[in-house]
Order: sequence, then C-alpha cells, then structure tokens
Amino acid sequence: MRLPGKGLNQGAKPITFGFNGRHMMGLEGDTLASALLANDVHLMGRSFKYHRPRGVLTAGSEEPNALVTVGTGGEQDPNIRATQQELFEGLEARSQNCWPSVERDVMAVNDLAAPFFGAGFYYKTFMWPAAFWEKVYEPMIRNAAGLGALSGEADRDTYEKAFAFCDVLVIGSGPAGLMAALTAGRAGADVILAEEDSRMGGRLLAEREEIGGKPGHAWAAEVLAELEAMDNVRLMTRTAVTGAYDQGTYGALERVSHHLPRRHSLKGSHLPRECFWRIAAKHAVLAAGAIERPVAFRNNDRPGIMMAGAVRAYLNRWGVAPGERVTLFANNDQAHRTARDLHEAGVHIAAVIDSRHDAPVDGPYQVIKGAQVCGSAGRQRIESITVRSVKGEEKIQTDCLAMSGGWNPSVHLTCHLNSRPMWNREALAFVPTEGAVPGMVTAGACNGTFSTAGALREGADAAAKVLEALGLKYAAADLPDAEDDPYRIAALWAVPGKGRAWLDFQNDVTVKDVKQAAVENFRSVEHMKRYTTQGMATDQGKNSNVAALAVLADATGRTIPETGTTTFRPPFVPVSLGAMGAGATDEGFKPQRFLTSHGESDNRGAHQLEVGLWYRAAYYPKPGETNWRQSCDREVTLVRNAVGICDVSTLGKIDIQGPDAGKFLDFLYTNTFSTLKVGKVRYGLMLREDGFVMDDGTTARLGENHYVMTTTTAAAGQVMAHMEFVSQALYPEWDVRFTSVTEQWAQFAVAGPKSQELLDGLLDEDVNGETWPFMGCGEATVLGVKGRLFRISFSGEHAYEVAVPARYGEALFRELLKRAEAMGGGAYGMEALNVLRIEKGLITHAEINGTVTAFDLGLQGMMSKKKAFLGKAMSTREGLMAEDRMRMVGLKPVGAAKEITAGAHLFTLGDPVERIYDQGYVTSAGYSPTLGHPIGLAFLKEGPDRIGETVRLVDHMRGIDTLCEVVSPVFFDPEGGRARG
Amino acid sequence: MRITCPVCGERDRREFYYKGAALVRPAEGADLDAWHEYVNLRENPAGPLDELWYHEMGCNSWLKVTRNTATHEILDVQLASEAGLGGEK
Amino acid sequence: MAELIAKSPCEGLVPATIGGMSLTEEHPGAMWAVAPFKGQQDKLSKALETAHGMAFPAPNRATGKAGSRAVWFGRDMALLLGPAPDAKLAKHAALTDQSDAWAVVKLEGKGAEDVLARLVPVDLRNQAFKRGHTVRAELKHMMASVTRTGPQAFQIMVFRSMAKTLVHDLKTAMEAVAARG
Repeated sequence: MRLPGKGLNQGAKPITFGFNGRHMMGLEGDTLASALLANDVHLMGRSFKYHRPRGVLTAGSEEPNALVTVGTGGEQDPNIRATQQELFEGLEARSQNCWPSVERDVMAVNDLAAPFFGAGFYYKTFMWPAAFWEKVYEPMIRNAAGLGALSGEADRDTYEKAFAFCDVLVIGSGPAGLMAALTAGRAGADVILAEEDSRMGGRLLAEREEIGGKPGHAWAAEVLAELEAMDNVRLMTRTAVTGAYDQGTYGALERVSHHLPRRHSLKGSHLPRECFWRIAAKHAVLAAGAIERPVAFRNNDRPGIMMAGAVRAYLNRWGVAPGERVTLFANNDQAHRTARDLHEAGVHIAAVIDSRHDAPVDGPYQVIKGAQVCGSAGRQRIESITVRSVKGEEKIQTDCLAMSGGWNPSVHLTCHLNSRPMWNREALAFVPTEGAVPGMVTAGACNGTFSTAGALREGADAAAKVLEALGLKYAAADLPDAEDDPYRIAALWAVPGKGRAWLDFQNDVTVKDVKQAAVENFRSVEHMKRYTTQGMATDQGKNSNVAALAVLADATGRTIPETGTTTFRPPFVPVSLGAMGAGATDEGFKPQRFLTSHGESDNRGAHQLEVGLWYRAAYYPKPGETNWRQSCDREVTLVRNAVGICDVSTLGKIDIQGPDAGKFLDFLYTNTFSTLKVGKVRYGLMLREDGFVMDDGTTARLGENHYVMTTTTAAAGQVMAHMEFVSQALYPEWDVRFTSVTEQWAQFAVAGPKSQELLDGLLDEDVNGETWPFMGCGEATVLGVKGRLFRISFSGEHAYEVAVPARYGEALFRELLKRAEAMGGGAYGMEALNVLRIEKGLITHAEINGTVTAFDLGLQGMMSKKKAFLGKAMSTREGLMAEDRMRMVGLKPVGAAKEITAGAHLFTLGDPVERIYDQGYVTSAGYSPTLGHPIGLAFLKEGPDRIGETVRLVDHMRGIDTLCEVVSPVFFDPEGGRARG
Repeated sequence: MRITCPVCGERDRREFYYKGAALVRPAEGADLDAWHEYVNLRENPAGPLDELWYHEMGCNSWLKVTRNTATHEILDVQLASEAGLGGEK
Repeated sequence: MAELIAKSPCEGLVPATIGGMSLTEEHPGAMWAVAPFKGQQDKLSKALETAHGMAFPAPNRATGKAGSRAVWFGRDMALLLGPAPDAKLAKHAALTDQSDAWAVVKLEGKGAEDVLARLVPVDLRNQAFKRGHTVRAELKHMMASVTRTGPQAFQIMVFRSMAKTLVHDLKTAMEAVAARG
C-alpha cells in the first residue's frame, strides 16, 4: 500500500505495468517489487524445489524469491530480480516456476512430498536402476525444478563490452563510497564510482538518519552534484562490479536498457541491453555495504515475511508500507528502526519481538523481550505468527513480519583472489582480511562498520590511503555529523523447534537439511554446500550462507571460524552470456580477411572457402558444371595443358634485411641460404626446437642483405613470432630487421605450359629461360607498375608468381584472367591447387602436422651437416631417424578406381583392422584427372621401403575399406622437366 | 591480468601470447640430455616462475616475465633481448 | 596497352557519419617501415630530420605532421607516412614499402574516445593519450595502430585485408555510442 507523502518519489509520474497479465499502476522510480507491494501483491513466485508460494524478501540484488521473466520469444529474459527491475510504461513481467498460475501451482504437491526431498535426495532416490538416470530421472527433475526458462529462440538483443581506466574505482555509493569518491575527486584523482542500483546513495535512500543536519538522501544528492561537476569523476549507475581480477582488473555489468521499453535494445536500434566493462583501476575502494540476514524459524518463507531493512527501504524510498499490521523480529538494535519508521508513518505495529532480554524500546508499541518467533501461518500470505517467550506461546495476527538476524558485510570481492574473510566476534560477521586484493581498501558496512558516522570516516580514510599511494595531495575530509550508534547484536541463527525452517530460500534448503548433512558426516562446509545445494542458486546464498554455516557449526560442535566459509567466486551478480560474449556474433566473431581478387572471384561465381581468417576461391564453376569435381578436374587440366591463374597472396611474406640476414636464415632453416645467389629462390625447411618440422616455403634473395621469405598460409603468424623469438631472445646480437609484407603484395601464380607466353607483353622485361631461369627472381614492371616476378612452381608446371602492390591486385587479376582465357586457360581455385600439388607430392600443413620429421618427409638431405640450425640437436635423436617411422608415400587404388580419403588408416594385408596393427594414415587425397584415378599422400611405417606393396585402406567414418598400392609420392613428371623446362 | 611491457607500458593480458617457461638455451654441441631438459622438462613451482610472453598485439617484443603462480603477482618484466636466454654460443 | 587501375583498401566501405562522428578513409601517400640497424638509431634520426623534417619517434609517439609523419610502429620500427624515404636512410635502416599493406581510416567527432573504449583495451582518453601519442594495440581482434591526430580525431590502421572488419567493428561501436546519446 502506498502512503501519501512518504518516500523520495513525490510527484513521480504514474506508470502502467502488467504482472501475470494483471494491469496495475506504479510510479516512476519504482522497482517492480515496490510497485507490486504498493498494489498489495505479495505473492510473486514459487520456490525451486517445493514450489512454495514466495513473496519479495529484500530490496536489492541479493533477492532470492521474487524472480520474474520479462519479455517473450527472442527477447525473453528469465530470472530478473523484481527488486532490480525498474518500472517503465508497458512493462510486462510474469512469475516463473509455476503452472498454470502462481496462485494455483500444480507442482506445489512437491511440498506435500517434502519428506522425500530432503538433503541428498538426488543421490538416494535416483540411484537405481542406473540406466534410468539419463532417460527418466534427469529429465523429470529438470522439468520439475529450475527457475525461469529460456525461450529457445535466438537472442534478439544486442550487448556490448567496453574498457575503462581509473586511478580509483569506488564500488558502492552509500555513505562510505560517496565520502571516498568525494575525497578522491577533490584531490584530482581519476575516479570511477560504480553503483549497481539505478540511483546513487545506498542505504541513505532507505534510512531516515540525518547527516550534517539534513536527511541522508539530501546529503547524498549534494555530494553527487559536486561529483557530477568534476571532469575527473565518472559516475556509473546500474553497474554492478562483478569480480576482482589480477593487477587491478575489475569486471562490471552495466544494465544499459533493462529499464527502458524493449524496442530500444533490439537489433537495429543499437542501444545495448547490457554492457560488460573491464575496468583497470590502480586502486579500489570497496564500499559495497552489507546484506541483512534472515532468522530461520518454522515457515519463515511465507509471503509477507521480509527483511527489516528492506521494509524500511520500501517505506522510506518508495513510500510503500508492505503491511497494515506489521510485526518485527530481531536480535539487534538497528532493526528497531523499522518499527519506529513505520509507526511514525502511521502504520500499526502489532508487536516487536526481540530475542534479547535487554532489547531497547523505541516507541509506543509492544516490545516482547527475550522472545522468538517460532512459526507462521497463512496460505499465500502471512496471517499470523507464533511467539514463544518465558510466558509460553502466543499467536499474533500480522500481515507483514519484518525480520533481522543482523548484517553480513559484502566481502565477496575481497575473496576473489583467494583470500578468506575473518570472523569478527563483536559484529557476529565475517569481515575482509586486510590486503586481500592488492590495491583494494575496504570501508563502511562491508568492513563490519555499521554506523553512518563510521562509514563516512572509513570512506574518507580509505580515499586518503589511496591518494597517498598515488602521490596526490589532499585535504583532510570535513566529516559531517552523523548517527554513530553502536551495533548491538546477540547471536540468533535458527529458532529451535519442529518443522521446516528455511535458510536458502532460492534453493529450498532448511535447517534440517544442514543438520542431516552433518549427521551423514558432510562436516566440511564445502561438502555440506554441495550435499544440500545451500548457496548454489543464482543468488549464491548472499543472505543465507553465514546462517547455514552457523547451523553446521552448531551441529558439529565447532565454532563458526573453525567451520569456515565456502569460497566466494565471481561474478557477484549473475552475468548473461550475451554480455560476456558481447560483439562476438556474426561478423564480429572474428576478423575476415579478403584478397584483392575476392570481388572478381565472386563475379565469376566462385565458391569461397574459409582458410583461417582468409576467404579463398575453392573453384570457379562454369555453366553446365553441376558439382565441384567437374570444376576442379577442368581447372587441373587447364593448368596442365594451357595456363591457370591463382591468387596466392595469403602465403606469409616476410621481408628480411640487414648484414646478418643470411646468418639468421641459415639458423632458421635446416638448409643454407647465405650461399644463395642474388636473384635466386630456394626451398627451405624449418624445424621446431624439438626437431619436428614447423613450416616450409621458399625464400628469395633480392639483394646482398635482402631476402623475402614465404611461409605457408597456415603458419604465417607462428613463423613471424618464431623469427621474433630467435632474433630477440636467442641471437639479439645479430643485426637483422624483418617485417611482414604479406599485405603489401598481391601475388598470383601463373602456371602451365603457356605461362611464359602469357607474360609476354604484360611485363616490360623479356621473360625467358635466361632472364628468369627456374628458381629465378627479380623486379619486373607489370603494365607500368613496379612489381616482382618469381619463377617458382607449386604445380609442377612451368610457372611464375607475379606480385604487384596490393592496390593493383584486382586489376592485375582481371588482366591475367583475360589473357589466360584467350589461351584456353583460366582461373583455378584451392581444390585444383591441392590436386596439382598432390600429383607432385608437394607438402602442406596436412602433412606438416606436428608429428612429422624431415626424415619422415624424405627431406633428411636438407638438414645441413655443416652448420648449426634450430632443432638440429633434437632432430638427430635415434627415434626420429628410425626406419620404421611412419614415412611419406603415395597411394593409388588397386584395380578399378576407388576412393582414397584423408584420415583413413592403413593396414598390412591379412592383419586385423585394430588400432595396434595400424600402419599409417592418409593426409591428403584427391582425384587426379591427369592420371585418371584417385591419389593420396600417406604416412606409412617403413613407407619408402614398401613401394609396390598392396595395403588395406580403412575409413570407418565414411565406410570405406579398399586396397591401395604404395607408390612414390611424386605421381606426375618425377624428373621435374616440366617445371624446369 | 595486466603485464607491464617495457616498451609499451601496462597492457591487458589479451594482447599477449604465452609460451611457457623462459629457459636458457643449451650451447650448440651440448649433449642430448641438456637438450632434452631444455625442450621437455619443466619445473612447476607454486611460486615465482620465469615465463615467456609475446606482446603480439602490441610492439612484438618477447618478454621474460617473472610471475608468482600462486598469487599471480608479477615480480619482474624484462625484454627477452636483454635476458640472456640465448646461452653460450 | 592495358593499364592497372588502383583501388584503395576501404573503397566502397566508407565514408560513414553516425551520431556526429565521421569515419573516412585516409590516403597518407607512401608508407614505409623504417627499422634502424644496430646502433644506428641516432644517425637515422638525424638523417630523417634532414631529409623529412622529423625525428625518429620514441615508443608510443608520433613525430611530424599531417602529410609527413613518422609513427612509432613497434619494437625498433617507425612507419613513415607521406614521402617515400630518402635513399640516404637506407644506410641506417631497413626500409620496407608498406604503402599498400594497411587500411588507414580517420575517426573523428565527439564520442570517438568512447567508440575506441569499446574496441581497444588501452586508455585512449585525452588525459592519457594526447595529440602525437600512438599505440600498437589490439582493436577488437585485430593488430592495430592508433594515433591521436586531433582533440577528437584518431588515425586507425589495420592490415589491408581486414578493412571490411575494421569498418564493421567501428560502425557497430559508433552506433552503440550514438544510441546512448
């Protein structure tokens, strides 16, 4: 019920919203929870396991009960806390975990069966038959339990992530946080003040205690106005700091548009739903406050039973009284403010029940001292409580019970780097261990300091510490007068008695369950947690963990510090996967690299293939070709018979210069490059330090101290990092400089018997066997543009690679195709390129698979005996030169053409097809139109010694079992006359 | 996690590539045991460890980073070019 | 005789104007990597000053001005933008033509810092990153070079082949920043 004239929302605009299809009025500034309470709606959801009716318990992000679903279809957000969902015009929310309605929920029968659902019921009930677990039990449990559900549709919202930097990150904007931000801001520090609520001020918005002679919220407003005017201070509301990470990195979730009608955040409107911030802060002040804890007593989970501090927040911030006949149950002085404030607002206080004999009396209402609430009654809302005192038990009519078992400091972030909090005997609470997170200071209630004056003082002190560390001058803060009451509390965790007394409301864990865990010897708090599921729901037991371990301590005869806490891990509040993976969908998933020829290949209908980040043409279908093999066969043939053009710019190209360039290459490659003549190209092999092959490629010598290396497309980045490592870490004394020129040059293979003819007239230079002999290279002028020409071949044909600056790539590609087509040639793609190189037994990273040595490839002759090279020592290990290693061979089918597939395994004839008889595997395969049958490259035990043998090829994946003949890996033109000629 | 690159300054760890322990390379001609140790054998201390990080997204420097594996505290960062990892030559 | 027509890396992708910010392609002229040989940095810097009027930049800094700029480009390397390097520099440094290797764009306008805060994990706010400052850093998933060229203006470079992704990522961030108002 809304109380006129009360709350900080005077004059706020009325708003219409819907809950479970019923339309109601709220006010601007309301949360869904405050608006529902204003409409006397207490029943907001059903519990996880027993489907018990539940109302709102708190007024913050720790809320375990009032979880709702907002939106439908691709916009559906489950498990939204009603205490955080801000009201907007047209908001439609609904209860979850209930059917057909929150009032009449079929699964509530679970509550009657409660005796079977105690701690560990999964483990006991669903043990046998074992086969039932996956098919029967788990689907049944999943269906019955659980919170909100996803729609199953693609998320239609957008999310973003962002980086921020500051000297001081202040977490929380209550009195401690505001004072810290103000002190640091005035001293000129670069400050971020992050607050998870939509409005700054923390408890000052919920309490009536004054600061400096004015209401706390008014003081907060003044401080905020000052902070807002500072350029060096950034205020971030709706931003929950979710985790503390190494070297002052913090994660924070900003709810950017949860408070706006949905159209703002959908794709196309660009406003993200959430933003995940990574904040790098030199220092942090944790002023996260504290979370009030319930008291466990029989049926303490009825709608209408709420935290005392939350009742004050609804009254003082939103002008809402959650009941007309309110009772209070407490074990500390501070909670009495709830009765005082309600009474002054004209709400009837039916009774104040305090477990202490020396409880204060703050108003003209009944205070029952030394008493406990031992039960509640009512169906979908509390109707009465039973109070037990020295005088016996009495029933008191009430429609709202405010309870307080004291406060738990929000120490979570201080534990994220593995620190444990310490037990403070006076505050009966865990408080942070100093220095738990390097660079972080704690202040106020999260530190166990519960008075307003204490919070202000610690906020200022924390800022002073940080400013000193930053070396900034600051003025000692002028602390305003504020409430400085001592925090008087007596331990009360659970009221003894029969029946179920709830600890963890969200996961339905009761005192009985924790005791049962202890009886079954799950004495470690971590074991108890997992056995009972205490604290394992979306609220992570924010308001229940400490009471649960107090009950465990009692049940096992230990003290609370002896029992210890479970581990607090990030995130402090749930973070959607959408926010964590923000931007990494569709085109944002990874960069796309396009060749200069991409557009022209598209024009020709090329099928584009993703190769790492690159897009390359796989084949160029011609009219009438109905599958890729036809295109591929034609393209192979045109290279063998005429001339083909292929964009090879994706190969890594590294420009190497300096007096020690030759020495450097000699060390990188197994073979020698310092002896290579200027104007020549040589094939090279690179090993890893463990002696296995890392990469291969050609390197051209352009000048005395100038080389250009090519790497495979796959290993371009790896080779670059490797070269940097050798140059920086191993041989820093060598004078060599290198840089990637992969992107500078558009480079095209011109391959086939008519390649030389094609280049005639394209280059200013006369291209012939003398000017550009096989493996020759040099500068060339391509239609007036300065480029480079390499006489190298990856197809076995007479071939060139012609390179021009990338801006001319598209134009040159078109020109080359025009000329090639006029000569009966044309473009060829990756598929044809692959067949051409298999026909020649040339390797790629299909063969260089990390387990292969130069010896396995038959390239042991390339390992120089005269010089040192990287990987040399380890490559000489006995096992790496053993005859029975799997070594490269070619395969061709025996008899009529059958398929050879990459990934197939090889067996000796007569051996069983079992792993231990494995003789090798196929790495590359294709159909050779040149030879008219399938061919493959394989690694086979003692391979080169088995040429001529028939082996069995088995591919279980594709159901192939066939016979192959072992042949030389060079299928075509073994003398190499075509390339050299 | 943040690493202070001696060239670029403090940067987020996402800019770096990690390559394991930073060890001194055996001299050319060292026996196979020394190479075996260099290539295969690793300490796994709960405490300070010299590691190689590559500032791939930044200046391309290889770094020797001394990091406490238990606390993640970074105790020292040195350019690999000045760390003497090349060994005897 | 046929002629080869040049195409710029961002042709057809920009310009774009979003929320008061503009994204345009820069055509800085020649771009050459200049990497001093051992012990040659001082001599190179002098030669650079004589030939092109700017010193070799310190790490994270750019020297010169629009039309003739030297941008620090990584460990022991600068990128000379504008003129082709004087032949005398070759004595002191490895010179490598990169004129076609990089896509170069300019992001300008109020909110440009916020756009980059969504893509680059480095503090590029004016107090930390002033005119003449430059970084080699990650931009979304790409290796990038970012230089502040004005109070609200940045020069951003990634590999040429990634121009489309660069424009996509920048425009997405620009739209998100603009939507916040």
